[in-house]
Amino acid sequence: MSGNMNINLKVWRQKNGKSQGKLVDYKVENVSPDMSFLEMFDVLNDRLINEGKDEPIAFDHDCREGICGSCSMYINGRPHGPNQGVTTCQLHMRSFKDNDTIVVEPWRSAAFPVIKDLATNRSAFDRIIASGGFISINTGNAQDANNLPIPKGDADDSFAAAACIGCGACVAACKNSSAMLFVSAKVSQLALLPQGAPERATRVLNMVAQMDAEGFGSCTNTGACEAECPKQISLTNIARLNREYYKATLFSSEG
Amino acid sequence: MNWISKMFSSSLGQKLIMAITGLFLITFLIVHCTLNSLIFLNDGGVTFNAGAQFMATNPLIRIVEVVLFIGLILHVAKALVLTLNNNKSRPVKYASYDGKANSKWYSRSMGILGSLLLIFLVIHLSHFWIGTKAAQFNGTILSHNTYLELKEVFESPLNVLIYLLGVISLGYHLMHGFQSAFQTLGINHKKYTPFIKSFGNVFSILISFIFAMMPIAMHFDIIK
Repeated sequence: MSGNMNINLKVWRQKNGKSQGKLVDYKVENVSPDMSFLEMFDVLNDRLINEGKDEPIAFDHDCREGICGSCSMYINGRPHGPNQGVTTCQLHMRSFKDNDTIVVEPWRSAAFPVIKDLATNRSAFDRIIASGGFISINTGNAQDANNLPIPKGDADDSFAAAACIGCGACVAACKNSSAMLFVSAKVSQLALLPQGAPERATRVLNMVAQMDAEGFGSCTNTGACEAECPKQISLTNIARLNREYYKATLFSSEG
Repeated sequence: MNWISKMFSSSLGQKLIMAITGLFLITFLIVHCTLNSLIFLNDGGVTFNAGAQFMATNPLIRIVEVVLFIGLILHVAKALVLTLNNNKSRPVKYASYDGKANSKWYSRSMGILGSLLLIFLVIHLSHFWIGTKAAQFNGTILSHNTYLELKEVFESPLNVLIYLLGVISLGYHLMHGFQSAFQTLGINHKKYTPFIKSFGNVFSILISFIFAMMPIAMHFDIIK
């Protein structure tokens, strides 16, 4: 077909968490500009399987609709590639040119060890959520929707924070591989709502302690996370996390 | 008191120390810059020397000087601890890294800029502070002519260059540090954050410019 491209890939190949990895060159020919970035990898993997010489490239993916947070490729020095506000699965080959060389690496962080090739273990995020990213609710019939009045602005801010899909692009983008944007979104979405009030202090204290224990770096406010976040989570959440943390430490009986 | 040590050993607590000491050091810069600007009166250093002597003899200022050094040491020590920890959190580096796509270079270079500032500070203290300290101990402080010292140091083009490089590092360090400190303190709101950011930029450029003018004006004898 006309308009199709040839792409030179440099892909990080690593057998498992213990072995040394390296960048391997692949040439992918006749790539349609309408393919997603992951579909291009499907085509390449198909070829690798048929050739039988090389194992297919391992990478995380699930919904391919930009909402699950599974895909996690570090493309040409940026998490999820060159476009703003999209995940790797929503990145299309029309964002590249014929004969482009594209370097693809996994998220790099001590807290996200490589499982294989481009797939990393992001359970550190799950452990942070388990340490406090929840609320206690009454079971039984659903309450009337307007029983708990919530200001529109708070509901909007909470919803914007809740858009975080936990993909880890913030960690990947940060020069300190800090998880502050993720943790701040998860603390904010609950801190802004009355339902989050009972565990408010313990939540932030436990989640920050878990974040530190997982080996993430600290925040230097470069703003790289906000710029690269596919859900465009705002830095104001990080300021809120700081406030919540100081408040819980200084004014609550917790900690 | 376990909660205090817990807080200040967490990443957020350590960053709080960076922010508070950083803002404190900025207040020192304002005093330092204002006092040094007395040389621009161009009166042969009479007013400037009177100011310098006040700073060297006032007992309250002597106490604040100790607090200043504690603040500086805390700022540097915490920066070192945090930076080493941050480096550990990414043991395998990226083969390709496009930092400029998502952040300003000086926001990613605070460690390097800070180290340059520290080197500059050692040179700067050896030029002026040590002489003043010696005069304080020898009891000759009332006849100590700091203005003359300035003239001598800035006669050398090399010294002028060192001071200009120091001041440029300071400017970029402040451009990120000023607004970053407020963010760390949890102060971020659409009502005033735009003001904090632009004020920080104007302040950083202005204070660096005034500081830079001092060695230049002295070297080229604009100030007699």
